[in-house]
Parts: sequence; C-alpha cells; structure tokens
Amino acid sequence: MKDIAPGLETLEYVFPGERPAGDFAPVLAGVVGSGNLEVLVEPAPGSDCSIRIETSARGFGGIWEAVVRDFHARHPLAGVRVSINDMGATPAVVSLRLDQAVSELTP
Amino acid sequence: MNVHLSYAECPARERLQRIVDPGSFHEWLPPAERLTSPHLAALGVPSSFDDGVAIGRATLAGRPVFVAAQEGRFMGGGVGEVHGAKLAGLLRRALRDRPHAVVLLAESGGVRLHEANAGLIAVSEVMRALLDVRAAGVPVVVLIGGANGCFGGMGIVARCADRVVMSDVGRLAMSGPEVIEASHGVDEFDARDRALVWRTTGGKHRWLTGDCDALVEDDVEAFRAAAIASLDASAPVTLETLEAEHALLAARLALLADVSHEDDAVALWSRLGVADAARVGDLDVDELRALRPA
Repeated sequence: MKDIAPGLETLEYVFPGERPAGDFAPVLAGVVGSGNLEVLVEPAPGSDCSIRIETSARGFGGIWEAVVRDFHARHPLAGVRVSINDMGATPAVVSLRLDQAVSELTP
Repeated sequence: MNVHLSYAECPARERLQRIVDPGSFHEWLPPAERLTSPHLAALGVPSSFDDGVAIGRATLAGRPVFVAAQEGRFMGGGVGEVHGAKLAGLLRRALRDRPHAVVLLAESGGVRLHEANAGLIAVSEVMRALLDVRAAGVPVVVLIGGANGCFGGMGIVARCADRVVMSDVGRLAMSGPEVIEASHGVDEFDARDRALVWRTTGGKHRWLTGDCDALVEDDVEAFRAAAIASLDASAPVTLETLEAEHALLAARLALLADVSHEDDAVALWSRLGVADAARVGDLDVDELRALRPA
C-alpha cells in the first residue's frame, strides 16, 4: 500500500460494447456517503462502454476491475459512459448500484 | 392504496419528485453538468456530481414554484461553495422570475467544514438572497424532516424563511448536540441522550414554541400537503414583525428566569401553557397539535 499516493484514486476501464444503448436521459443512482457510491450513466459517442471511477478507498483496483467486468458481462452496453464517485462501497453494493442505474435507462 | 412513505428515509431526489406535481421537476445544473466541489478532491474526499443539492423549477398543485433539495447523506448535507452557490442562484432567479413560491427541502449540518470560509460566505449569500425573495412577496417555505436535521447556517436560513414545516423526527437548531457538548461539556448537554436532543431541537418542540409553523407526520404526502397549504404564506419582514419576534423571545426568556438545570424543555412547554407537558414525548402528531396554546 506504501506506493499508493494519498488522495483519491482514479480508475478507468473501457470495454467494447455489443448492445447499443441509444439516446437516453442521464441517470443518477446512489449517493456519495460512507460505504455508498453514486453512478452516473450517460450516452456517449462510439460503441464502447467506458467506466471512470473516483474512489477514496485506494488500492482496490483489482477488485474494481472484476466488478466492472462482471457488470459489462451482464449488460454489454455500447455507446455509454459510466462515471462513479465512491466512498468505500463494497463490491456487492457497487454491482447493485450499477444494475439499478441500468434498470432506470429509458429512451 | 396510499402507502405511507417515510420522508426521513427518502433520498433528496426522491423527496423532490414526490413533493412536487408528478413529472413536473426540471433540474438546473443536473449531475451530468458535473458542477462539483473545487475543494474536496484536494483533501482526498470524493465529490458528488450535484455537490449534494438538486435545484430547479416545478409545479406544486399546478402553480409554478422553484425547488431545492439537500442530500443529507452526502457530507451531512453540508453547504460547500458550489452547493451554496446553487441555492443562492436559485433564490436570485426567483427574485427575477417571481415563481409562486420557493420550496426548500433542507437537510444539513450547516457549513461544510472542508470548505471553511467558502462555505460560510455561501451560507451568508443564501440568507441575503432568501430575505430579498421574501421581501419581494414570494414566499419561501422550508421543509425539515431528514435524519440529519437542519443545523448551523442552514438552521438560520430556515428561520429566515416565511414558513417552516417540520415532522416530529425533524430537528432544527443552530449548534448541533455534539457541538454544544464539545464546547460546554457533557453536564450542559449530553449529546448521546436522544430524548434530550429531540426535546430541545425536535419538531414537536419547535412547533410548541412557535419556531415552526406546521407539524406533520414523517410522511412524504403529509409534507406535500403542508407545502401546498403554505403556497400563500408570504410574510414579508417588517419592523412590526421583527419587534413582535423580539418580544416573543424576550417573553420566552423571562419564562425561564428561575428554572433549574434539570428542567429543560418540559419546563418551557408547561410555562408556555401546554397541558400535560410531561407527556409530549409520547404523543403522536395529531394529539400534539391539539396542545399548542392559541
């Protein structure tokens, strides 16, 4: 943990999408509170699904990668930008918030 | 069937959607604009895309209103620079556009200490803007029923408004319980004594003393009904209303001239003429409403 700089950690992942999400109003799920996170899902040009995470819990990149990989396997969205502000949410909470946000997507 | 929905347990955005007419909320500076705090990241604290407050316009019972809702679960609803600027901007726009009312769903511990002076200045700007709106005859209605209460600078903001609506679980004060205990000692105020905290800051107390204008159940529909009933509650500040308020406070202080340290709020209620003051904590909202002296 010693080589992790203080402050927030930013993580970014990009997956090739399969299912175009089309145009939709941005969706916000969750709140930035202890053990919680907010997920903002917006339409984006192109066919990727990009995920950007800012978290106060540093050093968990491997777990984030597994969680967002699972998410993308469940919802292989294309043309989507996912932005996350995290305050130490557990992987289960992160997955539920991601699913919640996707369930609220309406064209 | 009308299902009871706790106002205290709802997130700010859900409250907002359910208080105003369905589907009528149009947000200004929504999360996708990413108008976030310029200070938090430097401190290693995550930002929120809306800086903890949603603002916009809507209709309430068909009438155009401006609304704001603070999210208590983000930094305790603390007012930072951007958060405060959104509130002040909403109020200034209300001064220009003259909606029927401004409804503020307040839930805040006060100034966000991470942003120090920027937050303090923001709160003072909100107060100034609110008083301008009030003076212009546009009523500002503050709803208080979140788990974090309404404290510090936002407590003052609330009392600057035309009308305050609270639930019995809502709390309104200047210094919060922990602040009083830290500065004056546990003998003065035991912040862990939850009954004491609600006796001295809770909705029932505020209503019995006249610091809030309507007391409702912890129910979103009850808050909506009270907000609608407040739409014409404009009460511009005049010299007469200020003098009346000062007289009320002086009379309240005089009532407590000889109380002992153990008496706390119950003594005040009974001296205000509340029958059965000792039972206030056990009464539900309907029973309590019958108790306030005219």
